[in-house]
Amino acid sequence: MSKRAEANFDEMFHADGSVRPAYSEYQQWFEAQDPAELRLKDKEAEGLFRRAGITFNVYGESAAEERLIPFDMVPRIISGKEWRKLSRGIEQRVRALNAFIHDLYHRQEIVRSGRFPERLLRNNEAWLPQMVGFTPPGHVYTHIVGIDLVRTGPDEFMVLEDNARTPSGVSYMLENRETMIAMFPDLFARMNVQKVSDYPSRLARSLAACAPSATSGKPVIAVLTPGIYNSAYFEHAFLADQMGAELVEGGDLRVVEGRVQMRTTAGFKPIDVLYRRVDDEYLDPLTFNPASMLGVPGLFDVYRAGGITIANAPGTGIADDKAIYSFMPDIVEFYTGEKPLLPNVPTWRCAEPDSLAYVLDNIAELVVKEVHGSGGYGMLIGPTSSKKEIAAFAKKLKAKPENYIAQPTLALSTCPIFTKAGLAPRHVDLRPYVLVSPNGIDLTPGGLTRVALKKGSLVVNSSQGGGTKDTWVLDD
Amino acid sequence: MLGKTANAIFWMFRYLERAENTARLLEAGFRMALTRGGDAAGEEWRSVINTLGMETTYEAKYGTYSGPEVCDFILRDKDNPECVMAMVENARSSARLARTSITAEVWEAVNEVWMTLKAALARPVREANLNEVLYSIRREATLVRGATYGSMLRNDIFHFARAGTFVERADNTARILDVKYHLLLPSLAHVGSRLDAGQWESILRALSARRAHREVIHSGKPDASGIAELLILDARLPRSLAFCWQALSGNLAALAQLHGHESQSNAMVQDAEAALSATTIDDIFDRGLHEFLVDFISGNQAIANAIAEDYRFTR
Repeated sequence: MSKRAEANFDEMFHADGSVRPAYSEYQQWFEAQDPAELRLKDKEAEGLFRRAGITFNVYGESAAEERLIPFDMVPRIISGKEWRKLSRGIEQRVRALNAFIHDLYHRQEIVRSGRFPERLLRNNEAWLPQMVGFTPPGHVYTHIVGIDLVRTGPDEFMVLEDNARTPSGVSYMLENRETMIAMFPDLFARMNVQKVSDYPSRLARSLAACAPSATSGKPVIAVLTPGIYNSAYFEHAFLADQMGAELVEGGDLRVVEGRVQMRTTAGFKPIDVLYRRVDDEYLDPLTFNPASMLGVPGLFDVYRAGGITIANAPGTGIADDKAIYSFMPDIVEFYTGEKPLLPNVPTWRCAEPDSLAYVLDNIAELVVKEVHGSGGYGMLIGPTSSKKEIAAFAKKLKAKPENYIAQPTLALSTCPIFTKAGLAPRHVDLRPYVLVSPNGIDLTPGGLTRVALKKGSLVVNSSQGGGTKDTWVLDD
Repeated sequence: MLGKTANAIFWMFRYLERAENTARLLEAGFRMALTRGGDAAGEEWRSVINTLGMETTYEAKYGTYSGPEVCDFILRDKDNPECVMAMVENARSSARLARTSITAEVWEAVNEVWMTLKAALARPVREANLNEVLYSIRREATLVRGATYGSMLRNDIFHFARAGTFVERADNTARILDVKYHLLLPSLAHVGSRLDAGQWESILRALSARRAHREVIHSGKPDASGIAELLILDARLPRSLAFCWQALSGNLAALAQLHGHESQSNAMVQDAEAALSATTIDDIFDRGLHEFLVDFISGNQAIANAIAEDYRFTR
């Protein structure tokens, strides 16, 4: 592990210890700071987050238990040039994702062409037969996409995962920036950092542009949340607040006269665009899970009749399955006619016998993931696992190979975090947030940088001890 | 705005008001108990529990009334769903539910009340620290009030918030008066007796009305009925019944106007307020102070129910 760690690309420092250009101004500032003062600031940051109530609930703990996601005060800095290149790749990928989903629910040209196996659609839980033949308002399926990126070298960004359902975390992107501005205003006076604060208004604009035909006047947007006990409730409330939208639960909504309407103090009022933060199966008990208390009976009929826009569209999960991920380079090429600008991480599909054999032979060097897993659960990181853990995982893998994919253990880039002993490198990833509307693709410069706080760890998930950083895209 | 949100706002401010009034009452009781001691102190603590309507739950747990037990029960006992900590938790949950309708200042102030009390009430409060804890409850509640006045738009949300405050305050003041009503009856008032003077003072303290009372004394009414008049009918005193209903009628009239049509709750409060302002303290004593207060409490509750119905709080 240590050998690999030395070979990692560090985003702030060259191997010889000199500073890379994007960080040079920051480094000069940092050197001039009093370390004791910075340690105080570190404490102050936690206070700012607690006071603002930026917490997430942890399932299984007592109701009052709310945790903070650890925040690291060293920004992750990306040059304008790097970002421009990245954003072209992201836009291309998101365009392809939308075309792919539309195709799957219509003519399935990609299946007919032999570039994509039909078996991946059959028995896939994310596939919604109710969406077949239906085109959502504005032809948009994935109104909000989170593309998880990792980096292995100066020019090597790769897509680790596409989040096409309801990507979360954008409130941290915004609050991290607010916190940094509150703590270090002088830094922002010195450096030209592209702003992220207009994300909520961009989101509102983008959603409004997808309003259904039934809309009269200015589109009414509402955020649908499972409620205050949901782990991401803070974010739901935050986004609704910042967009000036209503924050609704299933119990506030009812189908009245062919529209989905919310119970206001002045009676029922129609909603045009529903930014839902509940999963497909809970949306409408009449169409999906009959036991769901979170959704709205009849919502889907209104949707199909053009009475409401649901963002993201139901059934988009079909595009972010980890087995389908491995086909993304083909998918991008098929729909855009261009070579993918952003590569995938090389992936072995264990459903294919040759790949399975390779994975089993090399399992100690690989990362093996469940196709439907998320949050860092249900995966094996070969190099950091014991022989016993590996043997147990191999057994599960052999029993149901189609449930798994494998990837090489990447030499993920590092970015320094602030520790008591000074700067120390830790592995990071990046999730930019992409908005899609008939007016085009809108990418906010930056995103959420997640960082593995434990030395050497590659797991950045907040549920497993990861933290976050403010992400700066320089205006240079 | 959503009916659910209006409900959450209304209750958020009711809970905050109740938490604050509970702390005020405890503060007054603590002072009384300190100055008396022995059995009399136990009586004082019992009276605090009675005023708060907690005697059933309290007696299910404790056999006697002593300071540390009463304080713990009122402030933080998990067996007491009406304890101050529970009120603050409820207020914060309501604020979370209505997060999109309150300003960041108000949210942060409520969140801070919760954080402060959670820390202060993590362990039983020692007598030496009681004043400090009670003071911090009052101070934090004042900060929320300040944030509400200083940062909220004067729209429907604000009026639901204020309506919650005044419904709750009217109820709390009436209950305090009802428990002590016998002390305020002119026939039973032993003017000059030390006990009664102390009891009156405790009521006045609980209602932040000591200074107002000194003014009343200057104008020549230093007796029990003068105090009753002040606390019931003097619309200048922010915790009097008259003040609460006058303010409430302003909020409900504004809500009716903002919604563009007359409401049941507004019609009720206008009538109730007009009747109250036409009443004299002698009318009240003729009818019976206790009967008056019982009617007041149920009338106040009926208005609260009408608000919930008019503005679709739950259906």
